[in-house]
Amino acid sequence: MSASYTRRTLLTVVCEASIEARVVVDAKRLGAHGYTASEARGWGQHGERDGHWPMSGNVRIDILCDAVVADAIALHLQATYFASYAMVCYLSEVSVLRSEKF
Amino acid sequence: MRPIELCLVRAMPFEPVILFFLLGLLAGLARSDLKIPAVLYESLSIFLLLAIGLKGGVELARQSLGDLIVPALVVVGIGACLPLIAFPLLQRLGKLSRADAASVAAHYGSVSVVTFAVGAAYLSNLGQAYEGYMVVFLVLLEFPALMIGVWLAKCGQGNSNMGKVLHEVFAGKSIVLLVGGLLIGWMAGAEGLKPLDKVFFDLFKGLLAIFLLEMGLVAASRIGDLKRAGAFLLGFAIAMPVFAGVLGALTGSLLGLSVGGTALLATLYASASYIAAPAAMRIAVPEANPALSIGAALGITFPFNLVIGIPTYYWLASQLEGVI
Repeated sequence: MSASYTRRTLLTVVCEASIEARVVVDAKRLGAHGYTASEARGWGQHGERDGHWPMSGNVRIDILCDAVVADAIALHLQATYFASYAMVCYLSEVSVLRSEKF
Repeated sequence: MRPIELCLVRAMPFEPVILFFLLGLLAGLARSDLKIPAVLYESLSIFLLLAIGLKGGVELARQSLGDLIVPALVVVGIGACLPLIAFPLLQRLGKLSRADAASVAAHYGSVSVVTFAVGAAYLSNLGQAYEGYMVVFLVLLEFPALMIGVWLAKCGQGNSNMGKVLHEVFAGKSIVLLVGGLLIGWMAGAEGLKPLDKVFFDLFKGLLAIFLLEMGLVAASRIGDLKRAGAFLLGFAIAMPVFAGVLGALTGSLLGLSVGGTALLATLYASASYIAAPAAMRIAVPEANPALSIGAALGITFPFNLVIGIPTYYWLASQLEGVI
């Protein structure tokens, strides 16, 4: 039996932990069926985000969805959060099993 | 010990837990690989908030709640003036943007639970009693300044995000655990909590010391932010707590608090929030630069209060005893 893959878009958002809940609510509202979040550390334009204490914590949110939903979420994040918050957002094409979940 | 050294030690007794903060600060500045795991930071903050709430609740159970209404109104009313005084100074003299000035003012109007805990430890080290209901003031002083800060930032702009701030503050762990501990302590009383004493009261100072070690590391990591703050904000981060501390000491004396209670109220007014305020301001006033407010509150005011402020406010309170 061979696996049946379908193309989907993986939207990855790395942002300040303080806005995780808001980003997740926005993503669900715009059509995401689920997400996976994990703690993240790093360094960039906003300095070191080392996660030592809550205000310097980052999260990485992965959302598997179709391209239209990913695009809508990315546009919304850009308009709402990019100016004031540490946030990186990128899309990649991936192959998934059980595509009906996403 | 030479007489002059003895004099200084007597005038400004030292609280040993501060040394843990200094150790963390030095380790951070020396780029040591020392790290306190984030999970431990979270666990310790939950413990400290609950323990402070419980202790206050036990003391509150011995008190008539009606007697607290007028002092609480006075303490909150005068405390609410602090961000209103700080804001125009920061905006006009400090040349900060409206959002930055409002955010910094909110940080300095709100209070720091850990500074309060160190102040209380300092007093207990001296054997100096204080009114147990000071924890109620701690809770009450936490949020008005945050709302005033948001109002100052958004004045005339319509969308104030006030609902989000209220949720952030009242559903935030600081208020949930402090008020929750206060209620549990009040309902259970000293006798009811006796089985928990060993965890919440006997271990308190040791765990506070580890928390301060972590705060030293965090403060060291914020030193870089101070370069962006500018000379005015650096001066403000010391002048504001001194001014607020004097105001607190005068208020405590006027209310007839004990020397310990007056010193703690001065410490509360002088302290700047670096947990609740940054979280609330990040949500409600995202255009404000958090590096300025956190750098000033945590990089300067917090260490200043720990090392110089608290002994000074205690000294001031003892000088005012019986004068007003």
